[in-house]
Amino acid sequence: MEILTYAAFFLTTALIFAMITLGLNLQWGLTGLFNVGLAGFVAIGAYTSAILTTPDDPARIGGFDMPIIIGWLAAMLMAGAVAAVVGAATLRLKSDYLAITTFGVAVVVQLVALNAESLTGGPFGMGFIPRPMGSLAEQPLAFNLANLAFACGITLLLYLALEHLAQSPWGRVLKALREDEKAAAALGKSVRFFRIQAFAVGGAIMGLAGAVQAHFIGFIAPENYLPTLTFQIWTMLIVGGSGSNRGAVLGALIVWGIWAGSGTLVSALVPADYQARAAALQIVAIGVMLCVILLVRPSGLLGGKRS
Amino acid sequence: MTLQFLVDGLLSGSMIGLGAIGVTLTYSILRFSNFSHGDLMAWGTYATLVIFSGITALFGKVAPFAPLSFGWPLLIALAASMLVTGGLALLLDRVLFARLRARGQMIIVVMASFGASMALRSLLEFLFSSRPDYFSRAIQIAMPVGLGMRITPDQIALLALTLLLVVAVHLLMTHSQIGREMRAVSQNLALAKVVGIDVDRVVRFTWMIGGALACVAGVMIGILVQIRPLMGFDMLLPVFAAAILGGIGSIPGAVLGGLIIGISEAAAVQIIGAEWRAAVAFLILMAVLFVRPIGLFGVRER
Repeated sequence: MEILTYAAFFLTTALIFAMITLGLNLQWGLTGLFNVGLAGFVAIGAYTSAILTTPDDPARIGGFDMPIIIGWLAAMLMAGAVAAVVGAATLRLKSDYLAITTFGVAVVVQLVALNAESLTGGPFGMGFIPRPMGSLAEQPLAFNLANLAFACGITLLLYLALEHLAQSPWGRVLKALREDEKAAAALGKSVRFFRIQAFAVGGAIMGLAGAVQAHFIGFIAPENYLPTLTFQIWTMLIVGGSGSNRGAVLGALIVWGIWAGSGTLVSALVPADYQARAAALQIVAIGVMLCVILLVRPSGLLGGKRS
Repeated sequence: MTLQFLVDGLLSGSMIGLGAIGVTLTYSILRFSNFSHGDLMAWGTYATLVIFSGITALFGKVAPFAPLSFGWPLLIALAASMLVTGGLALLLDRVLFARLRARGQMIIVVMASFGASMALRSLLEFLFSSRPDYFSRAIQIAMPVGLGMRITPDQIALLALTLLLVVAVHLLMTHSQIGREMRAVSQNLALAKVVGIDVDRVVRFTWMIGGALACVAGVMIGILVQIRPLMGFDMLLPVFAAAILGGIGSIPGAVLGGLIIGISEAAAVQIIGAEWRAAVAFLILMAVLFVRPIGLFGVRER
């Protein structure tokens, strides 16, 4: 029973990563926009929803006790709006500027989460975030299975919506922009406007994923949104194959499997004094894996179909 | 509010500026923003620490230069580590960046540098743990220099070193053959090849200079603050902001950008509080991108 509970929890976590990866795939895989601060957008979603839906807390502003669905919609709006502003500032410039700016967004979001204690709870984070299946919390197995079903449902919806978008005229313009910007512009497509849209929608998806995760776990803190998260998601997308939504989901499952598995190995085999160091080695391994895949098989497992 | 923020800002601005020279060179000559540059700083610092400890182990404690906290062992360690860091940058280029560059998709190179950054930093954490280290635990007395400002002998020495290095790099770029070749490659790669410039040599020099200056910047942080695996990564945003503010490709611009950001940060620390320091670079970066994306001394890309 415990294994089943753990398996359900593992898969739920992996599916939330898959949602973020799907958002990144829209930005990078479909449109070619390089977001190195995606942890910031995930955090914006998580905090927005948490501030709106938690019960009133005298220690900080917020705690508006709103329904979860309002929190999630606001999370998408907020993360999408920030992404739109970043896009407007940088998408007329070379792609590196977008990378540097998104990197900065993640740094600033991390600062706000840590220091604006009256809004975000500071380093101790925020608790009492309402859970969508809260009534089941007494029975771990049922609770985790319900969460898993819920996460499956959202991921599937997201996947179908993104597949539909990619086939739509809008998605075809994005692909055209990625493949040959000049030709697309010559056909009268506003390069910058389409890219800002794609970047904002991708940001909104990341915000939603952050909010969903916050509500499943019930607690958020700034350290959930460090650059390591950005890096994990990138590895998931590259392993799965950028450009393919199925690849994004598969990559999330595989990389999270490797990550969680090696983490379990480390905590089982390495003496307690050396665990922090061994955990660092885990990141080294994933970093090397990312670089090797970029060198050897840049299209990943399922990517590379360029229609 | 005292004028002390000018001294503090000048110092952190020097470190940012030295880092920004490397970033601006790799961007203008190799045409990608190198996210692993901050980690080169950290690697340079740890290399200096290792060599420095080695010298101390061999020759025992050496008396520092009178008012300073360090003596010749640290200078020798620094000089050797500048070479080591340049070599590390070269190695990284050989193994990773050059191969991806050859395929022509520059943004993939940026991504690889992001992965390399993560791996390099965590490798430091594995080797040295995340506990901070120090070159010296001696405490220096700051001397008053008027107008309410104070400065320590170490700080004066490091400012002088920065000035020396910046002038040297500037002269190298403007008056030497390799400097002219570097500028030629950054302005027009195809034309540079046509006139017979050895592009590989230019690339090697770029990495050596960038790595060596990153090492100095890191060691300055090590002397004045502390040595941590994350020390370079934390500098990345101000360094990029300085390079963009100064105008990509411009060495005087990178240094000036670094000083502006350093002084603004120090002023913000005094006015708002130290916890918001890192936001300053981001605000300046956004302002530059909206108002004048080519920066102070930048040229429009062709």
